[in-house]
Amino acid sequence: MRAPRLKTAIAVAAAAALALAAAGCAESGRDPEAPKKDTLVFGVAGDAKVLDPSFASDGESLRVARQIFETLVQPEEGGAKIVPGLATSFTPDSTGLVWTFKLKTGVKFHDGTDFNAEAVCFNFNRWFNYSGLLQSPDVSSYWQDIFGGFAKSEDPKLPPSLFKSCTVKGADTAEIAITSVTSKFPAALALPSFSMSSPKALKDFEADKIGGTAESITYPKYATDSPVGTGAYKFEAWDRANKVIKLTKFDNYHGEKAKIKNLHFKTLTGSAKQSLEAGDIDGYDLVAPADQKALKDAGYNLLPRPAFNILYLAINQSGNPALAKPEVRQAIAHAINKKAIIDSKYPIGSEVAINFQPPTVPGHNPGVTKYDYDPTKAKALLASAGVTGLKLKFHYPTEVTRPYMPAPKDIHEMMVADLKAVGIEVEAIPLKWNPEYLNAVQTGKNHDLHLLGWTGDYGDAYNFIGTFFDRAKDEWGFTNQALFDQFKAADKEPDINKRVELYKALNAELLKFLPGVPIAHGPNALVLGKNVTGVKPSPLTNERYASAEFK
Amino acid sequence: MLRFIVRRLLQLIPTLLGLSLLLFIWLHRLPGGPETALLGERATPETRAAVREAMGLDDPIFVQYGRFLKQLLTGDLGNSLSEKRPVIDLFLERFPGTIELTVVAMLFAIGLGIPLGYLAAKRRASWLDHMSVGGSLVAICIPIFFLGYLIKAVFAVKLGWFPTFGRQDTTIDATHITGFYVLDGIMTQEWDAALDALWHLVLPGLTLASIPLAIIVRITRASVLEVLNEDYVRTAQAKGLTERRIRGRHVLRNAMLPVVTVIGLLTGGLLSGAVLTETVFSFTGIGQFAAQSIDHRDYPVMMGFILIIAVVYVIVNLIVDISYTFIDPRVRVR
Repeated sequence: MRAPRLKTAIAVAAAAALALAAAGCAESGRDPEAPKKDTLVFGVAGDAKVLDPSFASDGESLRVARQIFETLVQPEEGGAKIVPGLATSFTPDSTGLVWTFKLKTGVKFHDGTDFNAEAVCFNFNRWFNYSGLLQSPDVSSYWQDIFGGFAKSEDPKLPPSLFKSCTVKGADTAEIAITSVTSKFPAALALPSFSMSSPKALKDFEADKIGGTAESITYPKYATDSPVGTGAYKFEAWDRANKVIKLTKFDNYHGEKAKIKNLHFKTLTGSAKQSLEAGDIDGYDLVAPADQKALKDAGYNLLPRPAFNILYLAINQSGNPALAKPEVRQAIAHAINKKAIIDSKYPIGSEVAINFQPPTVPGHNPGVTKYDYDPTKAKALLASAGVTGLKLKFHYPTEVTRPYMPAPKDIHEMMVADLKAVGIEVEAIPLKWNPEYLNAVQTGKNHDLHLLGWTGDYGDAYNFIGTFFDRAKDEWGFTNQALFDQFKAADKEPDINKRVELYKALNAELLKFLPGVPIAHGPNALVLGKNVTGVKPSPLTNERYASAEFK
Repeated sequence: MLRFIVRRLLQLIPTLLGLSLLLFIWLHRLPGGPETALLGERATPETRAAVREAMGLDDPIFVQYGRFLKQLLTGDLGNSLSEKRPVIDLFLERFPGTIELTVVAMLFAIGLGIPLGYLAAKRRASWLDHMSVGGSLVAICIPIFFLGYLIKAVFAVKLGWFPTFGRQDTTIDATHITGFYVLDGIMTQEWDAALDALWHLVLPGLTLASIPLAIIVRITRASVLEVLNEDYVRTAQAKGLTERRIRGRHVLRNAMLPVVTVIGLLTGGLLSGAVLTETVFSFTGIGQFAAQSIDHRDYPVMMGFILIIAVVYVIVNLIVDISYTFIDPRVRVR
């Protein structure tokens, strides 16, 4: 009687195989749009790490945080300029050390409690008083980047805190004192990491009760399952097994309410383009340059972000002695055909850089000295400097791409050809991005030229040019005290308008001094379904999906 | 039989010990280290050194191994360095998906492979035979990531019959009890959820089935061909037994031993994760998770994963050995 049993097993397997296929056919009648009328599914490339924005530094966590939380100040819609957020105004006193934030009234947290000055101070005091593991750079990285230390810093290497105190001056007025005037404040408060959380929820869900060790941190419930902000969407669930974070509309939102009821962030590893085309998702980020035109032509809403980055060709003046001569640096700048590089290696919307910062950030100066592609002039400059047979070590990174540097090897090759054309010999040095390359070009002494860039954190020019040039660095190999002093003056200027003028002057000075050659700003893009409108792309990836709607 | 099972399970202990020691040595020879995954790209050498010291990565390897064994004995596989959660939790989240996918893929492979292989042998040199042999060769040759992409392009993007990713539609509010979504849907009588989970399994299941299907077709065909030439089949035919009885009782049953062995090996392989299929279909399973752990130098996950897979392999092979006794009464396990 065993043979029939075997036969039965095979028959069952065959029937099951057919049944599975039939299940598909039965389901095939579904209209992929039908169940999604009230849900926008956005495909993301990786999982969020944590939902408490004060612990987050990765893009996916911050993307979710931007929908749930709000900050005192924020980047303007579609731009990088800082404008009021939960604060209707923010003004410094005459010293620039005490800032008064007037707050919006009638704002509620998702748990029904009021947003007011007490909530603002509660949040600042919480961050300032982090202790133990909460002071780990892995946990409070943005606080440490912007504010430095804590009330009681446990790491002696941490600088004194920029934050001094927060005082409640009435329900809708908070006064924040800082220890020194800096360009970071209040611009950096637009970072989602400085979002306002509900004090009640922070206490109820023991938001500071972090566990584990520095190597293996266990986040508290608030950070994994119960974030409470004031945003247009509130947290609903994080289905980890299915890799989806579900948000739902906050009906008591103080501003214009979300137009689509549910917002889901689904992690995809397969082709997001196929999923968009099949109608399984309604949008995704970081569209591959090769797909951008095809999607646009097919009627999808391709939204290129204004570039918020820069690729530069760095010149180390302590390397080959010839590089200390301005004419040689100018010759290199004239030798590089930047437009050809952008036309062949960069996505739609990329542009040639003329400053060491993107045009989206106030302080950009279109009137700086320009170095157009001119090989003849480059040769003449080399000759006038008395330099012949120049041979330079040119480092480039491998196994990496960045939005500002989509194809490092190709860009390097094009530059090498340009340099050879004006008589500069090049020794190409490819190195693995991390740590070899970064160590070689940032802390090494043995480089002449290299490619590097930066994507900004917040909308202040100092975050670009100050990061690169405000002090002597091995990357550039020069000391220019007058320039460093100019940076210091700009950083300490509390009046934003005056500071922007100082940035413009600095950009002019930089392009005259020419420590390197600005090359390109490479935007990235997100795409939304043909039937989805209302989202404005932001250079800081600060898109708010509350304004999205299905046509 | 019980003694056989216990003995085989006991054999797991030296197997796992040896394997874990080899893995430990191998992991320490890998370039880079977990501190890179933890600290990111621009960490200073000092910070890296501090983290290595805190994690005990600079201790002698046997000290670290001893620490690991002690932890293992308490059933603790440690915490993932990149996800910062217990390895066992992460594994339990992902393993049901892999099992569901494996079961569906093997259903496709066995359900189609054995009949096709049998018919190809019975009608040797017919168009069906040529199609089966040629088709299985093609199925083995097409890279999975390409096949998956192609299947998606046709059945999901073009025809819209199936979803392109995941285990369940994100808009379905399903109750999850066991983590096996089809089973959960049946248990809770949320039929929509069960059907949706099944629907999500079809394309990745078919993709993953392609290679096992091809292998099963070829092995079945070869095995049936061999049996068809046996004297006892001729005797059965001479006795005037019906074709159906000969096929079921004499041919298939005798031809199945090598097929079952291969099915066992293939199932073990699929259970250890189908990295490419899972990646193409954004399917949450252990294959992709394990691959990422190598990128992240996530030692606890890599160790835990490989040890658990070793256990799975041993159990699957045990089941295969036991199944021999049902197919061939002459086989006895001792």
